[in-house]
Amino acid sequence: MAKSLTQEFVKGLWDEVPPFRLVLGLCPVLAVTKSVENGIGMGLATTFVLVCSNMLVSSLRKVIPGKVRIACFIVIIATFVTVVELVMQAYAYPLFLKLGIFIPLIVVNCIVLGRSEAFASKNGIFRSLLDGLGIGIGFTLSLAALAAVRELIGTGGLTIWTDWNLAFDVFGPAYKPFSFMVEAPGAFVALGLMLCLMNLVGKK
Amino acid sequence: MREMIKMVVVLTVLSFFSGGVLAYLRNSTQERIDNQVLEFVKGPAVRSIFEGAGNDPIADRFTIQDGEVERTIFVGVFDGEPRGVAFETSGKGYGGDVGLMVGIDVKDNKLMGVGVTTHGETPGMGAKAKSDPSFVAQYKGLALEQKIAVTQDGGSISAISGATITSRAVSSAATDADKIYQKLKSQIADNLKKFK
Repeated sequence: MAKSLTQEFVKGLWDEVPPFRLVLGLCPVLAVTKSVENGIGMGLATTFVLVCSNMLVSSLRKVIPGKVRIACFIVIIATFVTVVELVMQAYAYPLFLKLGIFIPLIVVNCIVLGRSEAFASKNGIFRSLLDGLGIGIGFTLSLAALAAVRELIGTGGLTIWTDWNLAFDVFGPAYKPFSFMVEAPGAFVALGLMLCLMNLVGKK
Repeated sequence: MREMIKMVVVLTVLSFFSGGVLAYLRNSTQERIDNQVLEFVKGPAVRSIFEGAGNDPIADRFTIQDGEVERTIFVGVFDGEPRGVAFETSGKGYGGDVGLMVGIDVKDNKLMGVGVTTHGETPGMGAKAKSDPSFVAQYKGLALEQKIAVTQDGGSISAISGATITSRAVSSAATDADKIYQKLKSQIADNLKKFK
């Protein structure tokens, strides 16, 4: 049964939200969610790549021969990732320094390739756009949520966007940071708890 | 056979366009990226060396051709006079080259200060060369005629404990900077006239 256009968009926000429901693309999810700012930056970069590559793949889906489709998708995705990388270097260098290697690694993020293969190569441009946007925003929000938990417990503050002075010290100076949460093992624990929470809420 | 040709053609055309777009984008962002790198990688070191300068030392810079390398030289203006020049050299550290920004006071012939820009040293040990300002502060005000070296090598710099190699790298980079400065002195002086 064909879904309505709204459903294509909304599914990425809850039903198929990448890190929690599909449990895909965990490499950046675990690595960059040390602060909300990093999470949002990474999410937006991925969203841009998702939307653009979905649209291009969808518009070329009749031209691309089946046997080399993966190679073609990778060329398209890699191009957009390099675009993001260059633009970020030129306009948001501090963020680029923090995200570093994880920007080029969007190329091998299985969410992006997965959407091209599973969705964009079979659907029209507008649907693919909505799909990319929905999944991308869902990804951004989940990164931000996970980062918020980790940063709040790990440092006692939240940095949402340094350039706009959106950094808060939530618990005040008396809070002793539980820095385990901003280290790598904390990422797994936080992700596990979030998954558990999502499943509990989803059951009802 | 037809399918084969189609595959080759599609992939070639796609890669061709991808290459073209990226080359264009790279050309058009190159200058901005270079500026950003200067600002964020070398900027902090240059600014700390020229603390209290009346100009923007990142914007006031010129390049000199030194043999095969092109050196970018930052200028610090104090009281309306271009007194300081800073440029980057490097020394062999424990984890690869340690990049050092060296500021030289052209009037008094002494070091105005140094600052580590890039390094691959061990966190908590050699990395202190960058994170602990008290180490690089020792270089401030050293006369150029003086030997710049750690105490073990007969100099006056006390090395970071546990990171003698890094400390030596910084010292040798500073010594190199002196040599380069002596070599390029007249060219630098010519260029500095523009900043008065």
